[in-house]
Amino acid sequence: MSAGFEDEVVTRALVRYLTVPGIAGEFALITLDNGHDHTRPSTFGPAGLASLDTALDEIAARSPAPAAIAVTGKPFVFAVGADLSGVPSITSATDARQIAETGHRVFRRLKDSPVPTFAFVNGVALGGGLELALHCHHRTIATTAAVAFPEVFLGLVPGWGGTQLLPNLVGIDAAVTVIVENALAQNKVTSASRAARTGIADALFEPADFLERSLEWAAGVLTGDVAVTRPEVDRGAWDDAIARARAVVAGRTRNASPGALRAVELLDLARNGVGEEAFSAGTAAEDDALTDLLMSDELRASLYSFDLVNKRAKRPAGAPDRKLARKVTKVGVVGAGLMASQLALLLVRRLEVPVVLTDVDQARVDKGVGYVHGELDELAARGRLSPDALNRLRGLVTGSLSTDVFVDADLVIEAVFEELSVKQQVFAEVEAVVSAECVLATNTSALSVTAMAAKLEHPERVVGLHFFNPVAVLPLLEVVRAEQTDDATLATAFAVGTALRKSCVLVADAPAFVVNRLLTRFLGVVTAAVDAGTPVAVAERALEPLGLPMTPFELLSLVGPPVALHVAERMHEAFPDRFVVGEGLRRMVELGKASVFSEPGVVDSDLAGIDAGDSPLTEEQLRADAEQALAEEIGLMLDEGVVQAVQDIDLCMVLGAGWPFWLGGISAYLDRAGVSEAVTGRRFLPRGVASLPA
Amino acid sequence: MSSRERRPRSLREVVFVDGVRTPFGKAGPKGVYAETRADDLVVRCIRELLRRNPSLPPERVDEVAIAATTQNGDQGLTIGRTAALLAGLPTSVPGYAVDRMCAGAMTAVTTTASGIAFGAYDVAIAGGVEHMGHHPMGEGADPNPRFSSEKLVDGSALVMGSTAENLHDRFPHLTKERADVFALASQQKYAKAVANGQIGPELVPVAIRSAEAGWGLATVDEPPRPNTTLDGLATLKTPFRPHGHVTAGNAAGLNDGATGCLLAAEEVAEELGLPVGMRLVGYGFAGVEPEVMGVGPVPSTVKALERTGLSIDDIGLFELNEAFAVQVLAFLDHFGIADDDERVNPWGGAIAVGHPLASSGVRLMTQLTRQFAERPDVRYGLTAMCIGLGMGGTVIWENPNWSGARTEEASA
Repeated sequence: MSAGFEDEVVTRALVRYLTVPGIAGEFALITLDNGHDHTRPSTFGPAGLASLDTALDEIAARSPAPAAIAVTGKPFVFAVGADLSGVPSITSATDARQIAETGHRVFRRLKDSPVPTFAFVNGVALGGGLELALHCHHRTIATTAAVAFPEVFLGLVPGWGGTQLLPNLVGIDAAVTVIVENALAQNKVTSASRAARTGIADALFEPADFLERSLEWAAGVLTGDVAVTRPEVDRGAWDDAIARARAVVAGRTRNASPGALRAVELLDLARNGVGEEAFSAGTAAEDDALTDLLMSDELRASLYSFDLVNKRAKRPAGAPDRKLARKVTKVGVVGAGLMASQLALLLVRRLEVPVVLTDVDQARVDKGVGYVHGELDELAARGRLSPDALNRLRGLVTGSLSTDVFVDADLVIEAVFEELSVKQQVFAEVEAVVSAECVLATNTSALSVTAMAAKLEHPERVVGLHFFNPVAVLPLLEVVRAEQTDDATLATAFAVGTALRKSCVLVADAPAFVVNRLLTRFLGVVTAAVDAGTPVAVAERALEPLGLPMTPFELLSLVGPPVALHVAERMHEAFPDRFVVGEGLRRMVELGKASVFSEPGVVDSDLAGIDAGDSPLTEEQLRADAEQALAEEIGLMLDEGVVQAVQDIDLCMVLGAGWPFWLGGISAYLDRAGVSEAVTGRRFLPRGVASLPA
Repeated sequence: MSSRERRPRSLREVVFVDGVRTPFGKAGPKGVYAETRADDLVVRCIRELLRRNPSLPPERVDEVAIAATTQNGDQGLTIGRTAALLAGLPTSVPGYAVDRMCAGAMTAVTTTASGIAFGAYDVAIAGGVEHMGHHPMGEGADPNPRFSSEKLVDGSALVMGSTAENLHDRFPHLTKERADVFALASQQKYAKAVANGQIGPELVPVAIRSAEAGWGLATVDEPPRPNTTLDGLATLKTPFRPHGHVTAGNAAGLNDGATGCLLAAEEVAEELGLPVGMRLVGYGFAGVEPEVMGVGPVPSTVKALERTGLSIDDIGLFELNEAFAVQVLAFLDHFGIADDDERVNPWGGAIAVGHPLASSGVRLMTQLTRQFAERPDVRYGLTAMCIGLGMGGTVIWENPNWSGARTEEASA
């Protein structure tokens, strides 16, 4: 492929010939540099690969031949892999295959080079960047660098040699960890020290003189003064490691991501080694896999999701000008229960301002403050907080029985009992104390924020901040604009959310907002089916082809049956024709059951008969019902203007419910499966946005 | 151990353990260090000193004194401290910045050495840097108007080239031709020392980046002009005065570079197994009229000799900074030393290798210590340099390899 992607930020391969003390002959050093600083890491598109190819041509033509070839990156970055922004312009399998083959052909020149080749991994090396390094005969790595193969996380495979080279360098078990397990564990990266320990890199140097030491080390390798020792690859380890990989994939993706499965097959194939013939066969298999995956709807949906999380989440649609945000120098939290305490912990850690918890009796207040202090102590014990920071943060968290302490607060969040009148009363009490600009926020999951604000003197200062449990972990924050919320209040809410390192999505003050509304609708279908006689086991399996992170009843347990019931009841009130309150769910709450199961897969005997109805559904029927319900609800939410665009719904489902990338949140899947058109008469997204182009 | 007698004061011998420097570059957008930070040059020197002396635990370094004439930007923020942190020295190791213009590194050495002798330090790192490409001479300076209103100094005193022209006026027998001959010899002696491998081992390779060309490695000095000829020198312009004497050929250029050295109390060097490159004998700084600053090394040398009890005849090797040929000639003329005396700058000087202002003092010392190693016949050596605003600095060193002790005793 000669031309680049449209708008490709081309990573140029710059060549310099160096004199390095200790060796005769020149050292050809290639610097990968896309001309931007480290905030825009170097990637490989077609033009970037062509530049590397040309650089290698130039070096090959050099006479006398250089003594060695090395590749390094611009400051702080080695290379972060293929340029995925160009994928939408790949419209045919021929194009896709050409990308795969070009990468293989160019990188292989480093592997087959008669002149020794080195990679000096000075900074982060991901995907294709790491594959380039793996093609070199030797590698050094800077202590601050990190490596990873994020492909499987995205629904791809490392397709420029990675699946073949890595297991034959560090052994199959370590390769499974890096390529499959880490990728599926939120894209965990491998530190430089670990990379050096496992043999991904041969030598580890500090960044202060990384290139100098790397060149000196390479000179030593060339003269024989430095011996490179690598662990023997255990050929007998393949079967066990591949079985482990399959288990990881099944556990994390329910085998619903084709990329993960293909990666395991390729790793299996790597058992044949990386000799001339075996490597050719291995890379050809990678070409096939990459071609198939690049031309799959799942991958296109994954990239759409990736884009949502990395771009849309950082520039929330509909958010007011951030300059309108007010400074938050003190926060009040009404309520000192678990949710309130978790919020207080997050607030104090991220905002580093005084956080005051209030509640109705001293014991609750003490418990809440004690919880935060205990968690801070725990963080300090794990080395995540310095002793000074611990002292500072502990001192910032206090409790009180009186809302008087909110007098100089800029933000007060309530996390009290989910009852409109209670919350109205809390806000009224707080308003009597605070300034006219103090933002009042509610963490309600299903009540009307507008109604909560209605009786206040300044209803424009009320906003919803809907966090997800566990607050410290889940990255989503639904920012609820009530009818009278003004821009300054909203801007402050977004600023706080961003400071808390949450991805904020603006939602209208509609019942249960986005995530809870869809999950409740969906669970309603499932619980109704079980009420009607569908066996729990069938319900549990019905959604498996989607690869959701948990089964319906696992989800119910995570949410907690009482909360699920509360939201279901609210939703039933709001939309009685679409939202049902499951009888089984009611019974679980009455009996105080946290789960439908007494042990995995075994329905609690107290709940026997929960699925005793006489109109059971098959797995397929239930899945179809659930999908249709989701499509219907999304269509209505879009009509109601709950969000700015369907992208926000998908973003919420990815970040708030952990729904997988390959579903594109959910709308890409519903489009792909034809459900959205069947139910709403339209696609949610045009072809090509989260799917293959028409 | 509740109360103790104050430890009695005793003076300690100070030794120069080892010195290194970056290759020197030409200042300006085309120079090798155009896109390399000044502080990174210092960091390279510090790390190399530690690498070359692995028996020195980094936490035993008691001070890091780094000189720079311009102390802002990549030479700012108390560069001795920042460079120590960036070099990975423990946070317990302090540092500071020094400025005495061209004699910055020399002053870093004399000051920390004095601290060692006094007992305040055991081991110190001293050095200097000047990135004249990033920091043109006099950058940001705001001379007090009283200098001119009260005629405290002549207007030419702030232009170093003009002060060199003033020296030619004061010593008319120091002609442009003599300066050019001296300059040519500097280039030739430097080239020979490189060819012999005498200059090179003290150099620290530096990774250099160019956004356009990618990463490179500086391993050799950029300024030298080995093809210099007398005829060529004669044709160069005299930028400081029409029909003047001072040219780009008989003066040091504008350069980028850094130096660093390790100093220790002699007993501590022994304890830690550190080599002794040379022993500090004494030093002197002195002032002269700012408009003839180049003559500064004469009174500073007189002072150093008086205070150490030595005479100029005791000095077997001279490392004189060649800011300008005429200024070295003025020194030699004063002490009755021939222009081409082979004790003087035997490996060439700043006219060839360059003069990144505040760094040069330690280059002289590093070069002297390496000459001492191959010259056991020499007992004392001297490093000296002129300093802007009319000063000179001189440090006298003793060769630990001197083999004459026995001979002297025998003949006595």
